[in-house]
Amino acid sequence: MPKIKFIEADGKEHEVEAQEGQSVMQAAMDNLVPGIVAECGGFASCATCHGYVDEAWLPKVPPPDAAEEGMIACAYHVRPTSRLTCQITVTPALDGLVVRLPLSQTSE
Amino acid sequence: MDERIVIVGAGQAGGELAAGLRKQGYPGRIVLLGDEPHPPYQRPPLSKGFLLGKVALAELYLKPLATYERFDIELRLGARVEAIDRTTRALALQDGSRLSYDKLVLATGGRARRLPLPGLPRAPIENLFSVRSIADIEAMRAKFVAGNRLVLVGGGYVGLEVAAVAVQLGLRVTVLEAAPRLLARVTGPEVSTFIEQLHHERGVDFRLACEVQGLELDEAGCQVRAVRIVRHGIPEQIDADLVLVGIGLVPNTELASAAGLAVDDGIVVDEYACTSDPAILAIGDCANQPSAFAGGRLRLESVPNAIEHARVAAATLMGKREPSAAIPWFWSDQYGLKLQMVGLSAGYEQCVTRGSAGGKEFSAFYLKDNRILAADVLGRPAEFMAAKRLVASRAQVDVTRLGDAAVPLASLAA
Repeated sequence: MPKIKFIEADGKEHEVEAQEGQSVMQAAMDNLVPGIVAECGGFASCATCHGYVDEAWLPKVPPPDAAEEGMIACAYHVRPTSRLTCQITVTPALDGLVVRLPLSQTSE
Repeated sequence: MDERIVIVGAGQAGGELAAGLRKQGYPGRIVLLGDEPHPPYQRPPLSKGFLLGKVALAELYLKPLATYERFDIELRLGARVEAIDRTTRALALQDGSRLSYDKLVLATGGRARRLPLPGLPRAPIENLFSVRSIADIEAMRAKFVAGNRLVLVGGGYVGLEVAAVAVQLGLRVTVLEAAPRLLARVTGPEVSTFIEQLHHERGVDFRLACEVQGLELDEAGCQVRAVRIVRHGIPEQIDADLVLVGIGLVPNTELASAAGLAVDDGIVVDEYACTSDPAILAIGDCANQPSAFAGGRLRLESVPNAIEHARVAAATLMGKREPSAAIPWFWSDQYGLKLQMVGLSAGYEQCVTRGSAGGKEFSAFYLKDNRILAADVLGRPAEFMAAKRLVASRAQVDVTRLGDAAVPLASLAA
């Protein structure tokens, strides 16, 4: 099972075992990782599962579609590596993926 | 440490609270009681992807069963609570057992409002449905076949979502609405017209400003054959193979009332989710809470509210005080078009639209004193995020620029 490491804004790390085919967001939810809210349940409607994909991993993650890009543009604490984790599917190629979490999903 | 928190209701709010307590390191026992046979699941897809057959049952579950086990959340399904004994801090369950608590959280949600028609038989009518649970959808699924005539009572979001699914599955759909326009309680006329057109183009028939007078049952009294309505004084009978009632939610407050807790359109709680009994909290659809955003009391029926209210309650139970500053928001999905609504439009004086209501993308902003109280964003997710920020900031905006789709919305936030 691919492992994913989530790093909270305060540096606390959570390494979880993800299921192939689920979203990175769902892997965080299944493992009670703090810092991801996921209000809309994975439909790219809320931008509360926002995370920063570690730069080394960016080339291995398929790019965001227009809808996701639009949502990210106005999310909080955006960086060039920002993604909605509900839109990234876990594959064996993502074993070891590192995702950092923003200071807040819902406020400045 | 043997403190025990019991959560009544394993919906989105209850599940979120149990998870939230463990995320914050709560060391005591957590018992999560649900009366359905399912672990906490997402209700929004029920009237969308799940009914359509595109979302599987397991995908509805917010977390797999294994998660509850691993994090020591005692999830008891099929468990109904009959009464709360506040003196001994114990619950009486339907199976005759008792369960004591140190802190109790009521996350009892709500149930579908029933058609207020006198003379309906007590026995369930086989082709009369509502949408609230997985069981509701499973019961109606067999009737969702091409050619069947669906009559929907209620032109709110749930009804319209079902209409969209039904049309895609080839049913013939008629929507009955008491108000003169769709979504009258929650949106302005501009959005109502846009949504009506969206459905009308796909073949949905509407009867607006109509009153449902009764149901025509078959001889055995177990099937609806037609719905009798009156519109502008003219009676009409609309034949149906199935009827779905989507006229809102009734909060489940009976347990709280019977226990002597204050109830007024929901279980009355303070900004920390506490009821009038300091050992009992209430969260989610069933709770009536003060809202800093609205400047008054609110009972909200939404997933974001369930999650936020669970967060507030988790903080309270951990001995912290974290009232909510959240702004209500809602979403819907019809024919693949995303509808996102933020804020509360009640009391607005002006509606400013961006984009063409005749086109496929459209936003409506509800203003008072040039401040945006609320926005409905249809098919423009990027604009929704910007709108959310504008509603949050309460800043005054230039109305002409707001109405000009060429001006980026984000640039209006000054």
